[in-house]
Amino acid sequence: MSISRRHMLLLLPAAAVAWKHVLAGTPESSPNYTMSQHWWSMLIDLPKCIGCGNCVRACQAENEVPDGYFRTWVERYHVSDYDIENPQVDSPDGGKKGFPPAKEGSGKNFFVPKLCNHCADSPCTQVCPVGATFISPDGVVLVDQKYCLGCRYCVQACPYGCRFINPKTETAEKCTLCYHRITKGLTTACCESCPTGARQLADLKNPSDPIHEFLKTHSVQVLKPYMATHAKVFYNGLDGSVR
Amino acid sequence: MGPRRKRASAGITMQAFKDSGHLFRLAAVFVVGILLFVVLRSFLVPKSFGQYGHYRGDAMAEMAARPVIFAGHETCETCHADVLDKKKDGKHAHVNCEACHGPLAKHADDPASVQPPKLDTAVLCVRCHEASAAKPKNFPQVASADHSSGLPCDTCHQPHSPAISGGAK
Repeated sequence: MSISRRHMLLLLPAAAVAWKHVLAGTPESSPNYTMSQHWWSMLIDLPKCIGCGNCVRACQAENEVPDGYFRTWVERYHVSDYDIENPQVDSPDGGKKGFPPAKEGSGKNFFVPKLCNHCADSPCTQVCPVGATFISPDGVVLVDQKYCLGCRYCVQACPYGCRFINPKTETAEKCTLCYHRITKGLTTACCESCPTGARQLADLKNPSDPIHEFLKTHSVQVLKPYMATHAKVFYNGLDGSVR
Repeated sequence: MGPRRKRASAGITMQAFKDSGHLFRLAAVFVVGILLFVVLRSFLVPKSFGQYGHYRGDAMAEMAARPVIFAGHETCETCHADVLDKKKDGKHAHVNCEACHGPLAKHADDPASVQPPKLDTAVLCVRCHEASAAKPKNFPQVASADHSSGLPCDTCHQPHSPAISGGAK
C-alpha cells in the first residue's frame, strides 16, 4: 500500500483529531452529571451552629475517617471581654462527642465548624509534586489516593490545617465535599445530618441556588482572606477572633 | 614525532570531519534515550492524566463510585410519608431523618433485613438541647438534670413533633 504525499497531508489532521480522543481516555462515568456545570462551595451559618457534633460523626461514618483524624471538626471559641486578641479554643475529639459545659460569665462563646475550604487558588494543589491533589473542574479540591506519595507537602501547605496523613494508607486525606454524594444529586453527609441547617452545600454555578440570595443579603466572610486562597467555604456571622 | 603533532599540522577542517563520529554517537545516545523516555512514559503515565489538568482524570470517577452511607431524607420520605406528615408542622420539620436516626442507606437498600437501631432519647435529645453558653441564645435549651427530674424526654415530647400538645409549650 502506498500513500501519496497529497493523501498523507489529508490524513495527518484526521490522525491528529483521533489522537486527541485517544489521549482523552474514558469519558465520565456518571451520565447525568456534567462537571463543567457546577462550582461547589459551602455556606456555614454560624449563628445556627449548636455544636452538637453531628457533622463530625456523619463525616466519619460516610468517609471511614480513622479515629482521632478529622475531615471536618467543630471548634468552640471563648473570647474574653478584655483579651479579644487571644481567644481560647477547644475542640475535644473534634467535637465528635459534644462539648463540656462552656465558661459562663464575661466574654462570648460560640462554635465554628471547620473543613477544607476548597480554595479556588489552593496552596495544597500548588505544592503537590506529582499531580495527586488537584482542583476538579467542578471546584472540589481532591486527592488521588493512587497517585499520592505521602510526602506531606500539602499537609504543611494548607493554611487551615485541613489535611492529614491517613495512618492506614499513608496518603494525604481531606474533605472531598462528599464527591460520591454530590455527583449523585445528594448533599454532603455533614449537611444532611446538620439539624439546624448551619451547614449548606451550595453550587455557585446554579443560578437558582439560594446561596446567591444569601450572599447578597448577609455579611459573609471566608477564613484567612489575607492568604488569597479564594476559599469557597463562606461563614456567615464570623467573629474577627476566629483563626 | 607523535600522532598528536601530526594532527595539528594536517589541517583543522579535515581532522574535525574525521572526529565528527563522536558527535554522531553522542546524538544517537540522546535519540535512543529520548525514545526510551517517550516509550516508557506512554506505558507508565495513565491515559487520563492531563485530561482536565495536571492530574489523573479517572480519579474523580473512582471517588464518585464510593458507596453512599447516608441515604438522604428524600429517600426516607418515599416510604415514611406518615412521619413526614407528623413532622411538617412541628419544630423538627427541617431536621433530616438521619440527623437523629443515623446513617441508613443500607436500610434503604434492603428495608426488610436491615432494621434501624432503636434510639435512646436520653442520649439524642441532650446532644442538641443541653444548655450551653456557647449555643445561640434563641435555640431551645434545657439543663436536662433539672428539666425532667430523670424522666425520659419522650414521656412528654414526641421527637417528630416535640411541642407538648394541649399543655403549656
